Amino acid sequence: MIRVQEDDFDVGAEIAALQSGRTDIGAIVTFTGTVRDQTGQETGSVTEMTLEHYPGMTETELARIEQEALARWPLQASLIVHRVGTLKPGDNIVLVVTASAHRDAAFDAARFLMDYLKTSAPFWKRESGPSGDKWVEAKTADDKTAARWRERNDATE
Amino acid sequence: MRLLYFAWVKEKTGIGAEDVDVPGEVATVAELMAWLKTRGPEFAYAFERAEVIRAAVDHTHARADTKIADAREIAFFPPVTGG
Repeated sequence: MIRVQEDDFDVGAEIAALQSGRTDIGAIVTFTGTVRDQTGQETGSVTEMTLEHYPGMTETELARIEQEALARWPLQASLIVHRVGTLKPGDNIVLVVTASAHRDAAFDAARFLMDYLKTSAPFWKRESGPSGDKWVEAKTADDKTAARWRERNDATE
Repeated sequence: MRLLYFAWVKEKTGIGAEDVDVPGEVATVAELMAWLKTRGPEFAYAFERAEVIRAAVDHTHARADTKIADAREIAFFPPVTGG
């Protein structure tokens, strides 16, 4: 399942919903991405972060990434929640949950979903701080991390 | 054809969306960006570094040589930074 929303999410409630009515799940992995203040670092402090996205394509792209994970690993459930709008340091940005009978698939699929989301889902971060506003620049390291998954063929492992 | 602009591409063009009659000889994403550049100073500025701008044709990531003839909606934006 995928969701794009302005509202915050509750990790515990999301896990409970995913587990509701079933006892066949053996492993649940969650990843939560949060807004990070970078005071003291080169990039400076962040007082606010605004997330823009491309409505329509965002949902299409997240669903495509999720389908790819479901094809690669024996997942029993998966969830991607991404927030948009204006956020503060410490606020949740993104949640990925994967559930499987065993931990390997759940860990790998969660990482895959995040790696792909970061390089292909149409979201853009704008940081505000005392020195003004700036668009966050994409990292080439993220492209390399995502590209690593192309060399693996997990479905046949 | 519907054209959309996001993040700093939108800031530089000054608009988020528009319906445009694209000349028939403009066949690819790269050619469309080259043509957009000629539409005024805001567009010349927005597409100054066309090589870093990404495009999506009908909600699918596209390449510079992707054909645009049958496209309904084309979006231009910087490399994505979600997650």
